[in-house]
Amino acid sequence: MASIDERPQDDVSASGARAGQVAAASAGTPTGPAGAPGARRAPRRSGSGIRGREGAAGWIFVAPMIVILGLFLVIPIGMALWVSFTNWQGNTNPFVVGQGTDVVGLKNYTDLFARDGLTRDNFMQSIGNTFYYVLLVVPLQTVLALALALLVNNTMLKGRSFFRTAFYFPSVTSSIAIATVFLFLFSNTGAVNAFLGFFGIDGPQWFSDSRGLLHLAFNAVGIDNPAWAQGEIFGRSLWDWLSGPSVAMFVIIFLVIWTTSGTFMLMFIAALQDLPVEIDEAAALDGTSRWQKLRHVTLPMIKPALFLVITLGLIGTWQVFDQIYVMGKGAPAGTTLSPAFLSYQQSFGNFRYGSGAAMAFVVFLIIVVLTRVQRYVLTDKDERKPFFRRGGRR
Amino acid sequence: MNVRRSNPVKTILLYVAVLAFAVLFIYPFLIQIATSFKTDPDAANNPLSLVPNPFTTQVWQRIFGQTGDSSVPITTWAQNSVLITLVVTACRVFLDSLAGYALSRLQFRGRKAVFAALLAVMAVPGVALLIPKFLMVNYLGIYDTYTAMILPLIVDAAGIFIMKQFFDSVPISIEEAARMDGASIFRTFWSVVLPMAKPALITLTILSFQGSWNEFSHFLVVTKGTPEHQTLVTGLASMTSGQLGAGTQYPLKLGTALLTTIPVALLFFALQRYFIRGANEGGVKG
Repeated sequence: MASIDERPQDDVSASGARAGQVAAASAGTPTGPAGAPGARRAPRRSGSGIRGREGAAGWIFVAPMIVILGLFLVIPIGMALWVSFTNWQGNTNPFVVGQGTDVVGLKNYTDLFARDGLTRDNFMQSIGNTFYYVLLVVPLQTVLALALALLVNNTMLKGRSFFRTAFYFPSVTSSIAIATVFLFLFSNTGAVNAFLGFFGIDGPQWFSDSRGLLHLAFNAVGIDNPAWAQGEIFGRSLWDWLSGPSVAMFVIIFLVIWTTSGTFMLMFIAALQDLPVEIDEAAALDGTSRWQKLRHVTLPMIKPALFLVITLGLIGTWQVFDQIYVMGKGAPAGTTLSPAFLSYQQSFGNFRYGSGAAMAFVVFLIIVVLTRVQRYVLTDKDERKPFFRRGGRR
Repeated sequence: MNVRRSNPVKTILLYVAVLAFAVLFIYPFLIQIATSFKTDPDAANNPLSLVPNPFTTQVWQRIFGQTGDSSVPITTWAQNSVLITLVVTACRVFLDSLAGYALSRLQFRGRKAVFAALLAVMAVPGVALLIPKFLMVNYLGIYDTYTAMILPLIVDAAGIFIMKQFFDSVPISIEEAARMDGASIFRTFWSVVLPMAKPALITLTILSFQGSWNEFSHFLVVTKGTPEHQTLVTGLASMTSGQLGAGTQYPLKLGTALLTTIPVALLFFALQRYFIRGANEGGVKG
């Protein structure tokens, strides 16, 4: 019960409230409600004689940040944009036109969408793969994270911090290390197939199985590459678009849900613990069922967190790279290719940097659009910024 | 105390659900630990078993360079990981707090523009930066060096943002007093502000340590992938994705993966509450 009772004052100001309290207390000043005016930075302060030196100091303090972020983030994006309009192969200076590098205009972009060829085939396949990946990962990890948060937040449960630790731990480990473990678990002689063997199930060869799950479902009802699915969209038949994630991709989907749910669980826990107790009690006294309470009371109240988790999920999943790199590099039959990995492979494997950069910018664009949607949804629905609120409940 | 009368059936169901999930989340790690003490055939034949039969420390001897076999230079990788993580973490904590402090407290012309630029930079997805980073590193002539591995990581936008948010929430009166007493701006920052910022600094240290220790794609594009510039993570990735022709060798791979996990795990168990705060501030790993 303790962690429910000692909930903080209803402070919905931006972040820093709790940490601010800690710091203020350790400095021996009266704490007071953290969001009080004194805790905010006053726009204009006394002692303007001292202000004079602040201009120079300010720029000196931010200089390292400007140099590093400018040099390795802002300027390079411009460089890559330029390269995406060229046919640079990596062996000359990309910024000198003529000696092996030519400007090809929008060709690298049109190759992805309009020109028949291997590049478009691969790119469209990677888009299709990632579409199904996102479609499964985002809802499932959101639901699992919420379920875990509700379980761990249940006051009847003992050892809640142990369980929370267990669920969160995979999120802090290296994606490469976790992918290595899953390669073993899902290998032909691995733990998963051994487990399925107990029930007499002959598990598939997970990582070499390129059959799409939707195709398998279609096959099960007797549909196999029918005439109505022969039309082509961006050079890929409708039947190919309808494949669903391959068995191999399914393992990656499982892995990612398993690793990231913990992080999102924490966000839900933070939101749940900020709910006023009275609502919980009122709902209980009204005799609502657990499910009704979740549906009509809890979910609407944690909507900001829900939106946040979904949009962060969308942004993260479109960038899937590490797991793809370790778990087959697109194999089997290109069914685990993602645009992010394809962009890397096109550049550093095939030395077609222009084409790879163009792919990266298309992914960038997809994510920017999603970020816009996120920001719109979040600021429109609620002025609070749950993203930056702290949840550090022990 | 409890508003809801505890129903024994419901309680049991709750425990069954939570324990099932706990097994699902913990068992893979237990298998990983056990397998690192197994022989190759044992790992393949008894993948679910937590008891190695026969028990062998061969993998760990090899990892720590106790066998003649140096085909997998794990000690070199580990040294690189430690070196890079320490340098990056130290630089990040210092430079991020400097910038965060300036953006929060110091009045200088262009501050708003700098902060707006920082927010814009934060919105750039990491995956769109692989080729750009390579281009710049190549252009500067530092490809395949420690400089290329470390320098781009020593500042991170999210860390600066966290520090700025933190300083925004701290009362300014103590600093003002120090400044009135004639302390310089840097002196005030170093002796008065930073000691107060301990909780935020710990959070930032954790995020930086975890981020640079687990870093993968950046190292992938700025080095050739030869052992002298590989870390545990990139080395493990090359071993796992089969570039070292290592066959299956699952005990070795899982042992190396375990070694890669241990430092972050120790930090996590020691400073858990700060991790949890960091997760709610820093968003998700990419």
